[in-house]
This record gives sequence, C-alpha cells and structure tokens, in this order.
Amino acid sequence: MNIDLFFQYVVAGITYGTIYAIVAIGFNIIYNATGIINFAQGEFVMLGGMTAVTLHSFIPVPAAIVAAVVVTTVVGALIEILFIRWLYKPSVLRMIIITIGISILIRETALHIWGEGVRALPYFSGSSVSALNFWGVFISPQVIWVVGIGAVVVALLNIFFNYTILGRQMRACSYNRDAARLCGINAKNVVTFSFMLSAAIGALGGSIVSPITYVQYDSGTPLAIKGFTVAVLGGLGNSTAAVAAGMILGILESFSIAVLPAAYKDAIAILILLGILFVRPSGIFGTTEAARLKEF
Amino acid sequence: MRGRFIQILVFAALVVAIQLLTKVTDSSYHLIQLTMTAYYSLLIIGLCMLIGYAGQISLGHAGFFCIGGYVAAFLTTHDLAPYKANYFVSVLARSGILTVRPGLYGGDLLTVQPWASCLIAILTALAIAWIVGGPVLKLKGHYLAMATLGFGIIIYRIVLGTTALGAADGISDVPPLRVLPGVDISGSMSARVMNYYVAWGLVIAGVFLLLNLIHSRAGRALSAIHGAEDAAEAMGIPTARYKLNTFVLSAVFAAIAGVLLTHYNGGIGPSEASVMKSVRYVAIVAIGGMANLWGSLFMSLILNYLSLRGYFGTYDDAIFGSILILIMLFAPDGLLRRSVIGDLKLLISGDVKEDGV
Repeated sequence: MNIDLFFQYVVAGITYGTIYAIVAIGFNIIYNATGIINFAQGEFVMLGGMTAVTLHSFIPVPAAIVAAVVVTTVVGALIEILFIRWLYKPSVLRMIIITIGISILIRETALHIWGEGVRALPYFSGSSVSALNFWGVFISPQVIWVVGIGAVVVALLNIFFNYTILGRQMRACSYNRDAARLCGINAKNVVTFSFMLSAAIGALGGSIVSPITYVQYDSGTPLAIKGFTVAVLGGLGNSTAAVAAGMILGILESFSIAVLPAAYKDAIAILILLGILFVRPSGIFGTTEAARLKEF
Repeated sequence: MRGRFIQILVFAALVVAIQLLTKVTDSSYHLIQLTMTAYYSLLIIGLCMLIGYAGQISLGHAGFFCIGGYVAAFLTTHDLAPYKANYFVSVLARSGILTVRPGLYGGDLLTVQPWASCLIAILTALAIAWIVGGPVLKLKGHYLAMATLGFGIIIYRIVLGTTALGAADGISDVPPLRVLPGVDISGSMSARVMNYYVAWGLVIAGVFLLLNLIHSRAGRALSAIHGAEDAAEAMGIPTARYKLNTFVLSAVFAAIAGVLLTHYNGGIGPSEASVMKSVRYVAIVAIGGMANLWGSLFMSLILNYLSLRGYFGTYDDAIFGSILILIMLFAPDGLLRRSVIGDLKLLISGDVKEDGV
C-alpha cells in the first residue's frame, strides 16, 4: 500500500466516521436526557435523507435539507409525545422493545411511501467525478461538505450545551433529574426537546451524506448499530469523545476493506462493538467509576 | 403436577382437533403452515424461557436458528465425492456417517447422513451459545440487547456474504431427515399429516420439559434472578451459571427448530437470519406475556400461522411492529394473563391503574 492510497483510505474513513459520530451524538443526547437508548435513531437519519431527496424535486437543495430537518424534528417530537412522555418509570426492557417497534414502524412506513428504490441528493458542488487534489490525495468536494458541516454541528452543540439556558437545563437533567426538577426545570419538556434535537441532527446528517452513501428505506438499522458502537466506544453520553471514536471506527472500517471482502464490512463494526462491550463497557475515553453510576 | 398434565393434554387435544378440522373441511394444505408454525413455536418457547423466566433479552435468536439450519443444510448437500481418497473422509464413509444419494443433476452425491448432520448442527449451536453466552450475559439492559442484536447481524452477514453457503440464494435440495423408520421430516405431500404430528409432538415434549424446569429448583432460581439478580446472588444462587445454562438451552431449542424446519422446507435462506426475524420472536414472547409459556405458545400459533398464510400481506413487519408497541405501551405484562378480566373491569369502570414496572 503506497502512501497516496493510505491517505485515500483515511479520507474515506473520516467521511464515514463523521456520519457515525453524528448518529452517536443523537444517541447520546437522548441517553443523557432519559437514560434510554433510542433504537430508532438510525431511522431519523434515513427519514431525513429520504425527505430531503423527495423535496428536492420541488425546491433547491439547501431549502430541501432545512425542510427535511424540520419534518424529522416534528416526527421526533411526535414519537416522544405519543409513545414515551406519558409512561411512568418504564423499565429498560420495555423501552428497548418500544423503540425497536417505533423503528420498525418508521421503516415500514418509508417502504410504503418511497418503495425499495435507492435515492440520493445531487452533489452540493461539482459532480460525482469531480475531485480536489491535495498533494496527490483526491478528495470529493462532498467529503469537504460532510466533514465541514459535521464540525460545525459539533461546535454549535458545544456552544448550545455550555452557553444557552435550554442546553444547560438539558445538562442539569442528565446529571440529576430530580434535582433539576426541584430547581424548576420542566424535565418532561427537556426530554421532548432532546428527541427533537437528536432527530434534527440525524436528519441533517442523513441529508448531507446521501450523495455519497445513498439512502434507502432500510439504511437506518446499520447506521444505528454503528452509531451505537461509536457511542459506546467513546463512552455512552460523551459527545466529544464520540467524534474521536467515530473517526476510529470509520478509519478501521475503511482499512478493513483492503484486507477483507467488502461483504464483511458491517461485521467489523459489530465485532468492535462486542469487543468493547466485553472488555471495556465504559468506552476507551470513559472511566469505570463514572460508568458504574449510570443505569444501562 | 396434575395441573400440568391436564394443560398438556388439553393442548394435545387442540392439536388433534385442528388436524381433524382440516380433514373434515378438506383443507389439509393448512397443515403446511401449521407444521412450520410448530417449528417456530419450538424456538419461541425456548426464547420465552430466556426472556420471561431468566429475564435476559436476546435479539439474536434468529442467528441460532440459522446456525442449526445452515450447518444441517450445508453438511447434507455438500458433495464430498471429490475428497473420497482423503483418509479422513474414507474413515467417515466406512463408519456409516456418510451416505450416497443420487444428485439432482445425475451422478451420485457423497454427503453426511442427515441424522449425523443434525447432531453436529445442534452441537455447533450449543458450543457457539456457550462461548458467546459467557461474556454476553455479563451485560445488562441496553448493552445486552445490542450485543445479542450484533451477534444476530454477524450471523446474517456471514450467511449472506459466504458463497459456500449460497450467499443470497441460500441452500436448497436438502434431503429428508429420517427420525424413525418410516417417519421422514420432509415436505412431501404424502407425509403431510405425519409431519404435522411429529412437529407438534416435539413442541409438546418441549413444553413438558420446560414446564418441569420452571417448577423445579432451577426455575425458582431463575425467577429469583429475574426479580433481583444481586439478591439472588446473595442468597447463594450461582446466577451466572443459571443464566448461561438457560441461554444455551434456548439456543439449542432454536437450533433444533432450524434443523427440522430446513429439512421440512428442503432448504434455508439468509432471510431466516435477518434482524426482523429475531425481533418478531421477541415480539411474540412479549405479546404472550413474557413469563408465560402457554401465552407465548398460543400467540406463536396464531401469529405465525396468520403471517405464514400471508394474511398480513405487505404489512407483515408493520403489523408485528405495531403489536409490539401497543402491547408494550398498554399491557407490558402481555395479553394472555390471569388478571386480564380484572383489567377489563377496571377499564370499564374507568379506574385507570398507575403503571409501575
């Protein structure tokens, strides 16, 4: 493997790593607010991509993406209000099964609306063959878009969680829900908002990555598994570490194609997931003490 | 003890009654789906033991079903004739483990005997369950769900991506499995009624075994683990061992179901390993009421039969998804349970019960 090819694999890994990190951040936001894992997270990504592609036949790309994010956000809010908000202290097993059921419903609805076809938005700039040459490494302009928007999202989230009232309320709820409620924070609304936020982020990720990866009614589940792998790899609930973990998984996966048949690519991520769960469930950046305090 | 026998006798009578009904109405083609339902039910009752009684969720049981099915299908269809000269193969051939049968395209196939492959398949599933179960069952909640889901997806990816296992086409032309002289598990028309009874006979035997297990020391230990694992551990129950044994037991049930259904259908495809299958099994156990063997069995009988007959059409998965959500939202203890009548009274009187799980 020569050095140019090496960097080509790294770039491909970072592209996929960005989308994994975005899904993982979606997991983390809901996990922090509620202590549950939303198994329908991947479906938000699919829904965002599909809606954007459909709307693009009527309106330009940026407007289609914004509209798709809004639609998915509404879906996220509806899911929380209809299925989760009114449950009184549901068990983990019950929440797992409910969110799996929701993911099936979204997927089947998408199948009946859009069929089995594979869709994609056009490239934001240039075309599928245009590439920028960085010292011998060829990078598609769409990759720059994905990584750039991903970075902006992470930066904005950091500002949101650290400097806005709502973001700080969400953090307060994730540290101690009862104490937050005593301080006058409406914990139920925070949960609803966390679903909206993670749906919005997922939809944005799904739209910007669709020119490269394409989107299909069932592309949510593999993304959810990988996003979860990344979330666990970084330590559940830690969004900054999720970005680093996303890059690690993306790059490992992209190099695995060089060694193994591409059909086994998805199995690699899951093997990493199983490995990390067995050996170090607190994640590579988390501490065991902190992990013990959390409810899985 | 007598109650259990009566329950089983009633169920056996139901099985006979269904067969007689199809005979009277001259619709014995229903028996095909009912036989397939029986094999899926075998998996369901094993899974019910794991989820309901031991309290451990598994979203990867379609994987064990496929390990059983695929090992049996591969061994009974893979032609060993080119390796005849190999010492190991010739020893196997002479010891009667291999068999010669005419191939579909002329010429003779040298393959493993179905009964031997059946044993190997079940032992493989047992070994894999034992190896995987150790570390997996240390996990709880979301992590356990994701790890078992991941296991299922790995199996799906392997059978889908391996050409020796037929990739997307799966394996076909699997020969019949001879259980007893004159009793073959196969899809042939003449053996339809017999296969129906063999399949449901196995389910009844399985239920009998599990009911006895539930009412034994092991069953009480499991319900203690389900209630509070730490407390059970403190009472001196070896929780890890009980959980692992139940996991392996349910995997063996799944593998037996996989082997027999593969012989009955004459083949197996990768869709049997899909995540949706695993979710569907969990859905049926949940609808049956988790820790309710009979409930799961009846729900499996009804839902699998309707689904296999194609009553749900293209909404098959959507219906299972909806049922799953509705049950978990409104009746997390399942539909079929003793308190159902009391709940109806409550519902009519308008007294909404606070739901504390």
